[in-house]
Amino acid sequence: MHTDADETRAVTITRVVREIPDITTLYFRDEREARPGQYFMIWVPGLDEVPMSISSMDGEEHSVSVRVVGETTRALAELRTRERIGVRGPFGNGFSVEGSKPLLVGGGTGIAPLVALAEMMVSTGIRPTFLAGARSSDQILFRDRLGKLLGDRLIVSTDDGSYGLSGFASMHASEMMETNSFDHIYLCGPELMMAKVFEVAEAKRVPVQASLERYIKCSFGLCGSCAIGPYRVCKDGPVFDSEMLRKVKGEFGLRRMDQAGRMIRVDH
Amino acid sequence: MNASGVLGMSAPLLRRVYEAGAGAVVTKSLGPEPRAGHPNPTMVAVEGGFLNAMGLPNPGVDSFIDEIKELKEEGIPVVASFFGSSVKDFERSARVLSEAGVDALEINFSCPNVEEEMGMLASDAANVERVTAAIRGATDKPVFVKLSPNVTDIVEIARAAEKGGADAITAGNTLKGMAVDIDFRRPVLANITGGLSGPALKPVALRCVWEIAEAVHIPIIGCGGVSTWRDAVEFLLCGASAVEVGTAIKTHGFEVFRDINEGLTNYMEKNRFKSVKEVIGLAHRC
Repeated sequence: MHTDADETRAVTITRVVREIPDITTLYFRDEREARPGQYFMIWVPGLDEVPMSISSMDGEEHSVSVRVVGETTRALAELRTRERIGVRGPFGNGFSVEGSKPLLVGGGTGIAPLVALAEMMVSTGIRPTFLAGARSSDQILFRDRLGKLLGDRLIVSTDDGSYGLSGFASMHASEMMETNSFDHIYLCGPELMMAKVFEVAEAKRVPVQASLERYIKCSFGLCGSCAIGPYRVCKDGPVFDSEMLRKVKGEFGLRRMDQAGRMIRVDH
Repeated sequence: MNASGVLGMSAPLLRRVYEAGAGAVVTKSLGPEPRAGHPNPTMVAVEGGFLNAMGLPNPGVDSFIDEIKELKEEGIPVVASFFGSSVKDFERSARVLSEAGVDALEINFSCPNVEEEMGMLASDAANVERVTAAIRGATDKPVFVKLSPNVTDIVEIARAAEKGGADAITAGNTLKGMAVDIDFRRPVLANITGGLSGPALKPVALRCVWEIAEAVHIPIIGCGGVSTWRDAVEFLLCGASAVEVGTAIKTHGFEVFRDINEGLTNYMEKNRFKSVKEVIGLAHRC
């Protein structure tokens, strides 16, 4: 009837790492196999259950990196070792490793699933270039982890110019695509950033995989709350390839459904 | 058809259901106002199926008109599921949806997850007859009445719907249940209780269809645990003229519609039935 991943189970927090002021990584013990780009439904009993992309994975321990945006994420960030949370998943398709000269562009918490992808690529002999975008110097997620992994293939940009390149990551990604011949682009972050980079990639005919975010309720592909075009972000995604992105071009970077299913504008 | 509440949030998703082989598509239950629904967890895996308490999230009848028009422009048969908390709501929604061009209306009298706000209309025969009659008077479109198995006697309610002028009965909705987590020592669903769907629900839904078929003359749409063509045949034999599929889309994918169509066709050929009509209710004649 259902798979192992579908079951709600209590997992124990093994480590809590404050990455940057408002992002905390929670490591927890779980033996379900996971891939970069997949997500867990994280349940904080009494509050809510929210989708979180996986920021690291090995056979016994996974992690999610949480930005505090409300009550539930605040409760998650305040968890301590040995406390428990409810988990379902991993769900979703995840990234597929393609190309030999990939560019990964992550903005804000969008860096989380891409760092796991970069690690997987390096372990298979691929050397990705990583553009990490953040608002300012104290907001760069996984700077050390990426620096150690990629050396000078890590390029950092900040919106306010307080560290690395100055300005939006989408602008720098477009410039990097002009001067380099990347054969695959991986995106995760603000949708407006992803939509811009996708546009440039289309013009240059470079295939893209982008991890999208919508309001996820059931995560089983049934309720339709996370619909974008004919797809369910929870089940057909969250990773969309170029072909899928073309099919949702009337919505990607433009509009999304709110909790009631009304179309609202995508504003970041 | 897809069961209401499953993938009915947008025209493109419903188009995908239709292209996968459904004969018609059913919208998410639409109310007079937009509703965000319940907080998560809204769905949990249980033995033999799932429990859900979405809380009827929907953009409201008026916001959904464009989606209906989009589907109708492509020639897709659309059943609009809708609910309300007063006769006036129901009448207005029926009018608005009919004008938008839907092919039929399905009255959701029976969502088990919003009782406090709306009262469970489906548990009261007199109410069902009254509201059905009012909607019947507000539209020329066929009116289906979707009933709940969470009642003492579903037959009495089905008779009331027929008396009120319903063109068909959908039997039925999910069965009220709950799940408790032993580690956190609390109910899993934010709404505490939810509706059971999936294979575990099938015997209950079959029984509902069987009993209603013995009591009314209007067609019945079977709904509850239909996952394979065999299930569909079982529902037909018990008296259903069509079936709705929900949870099986999780376990079998969109392919479930084509699989049911093909399996049903093969079954009919093998057993020398010329029309589905010959199968409907056959088990009552044994």
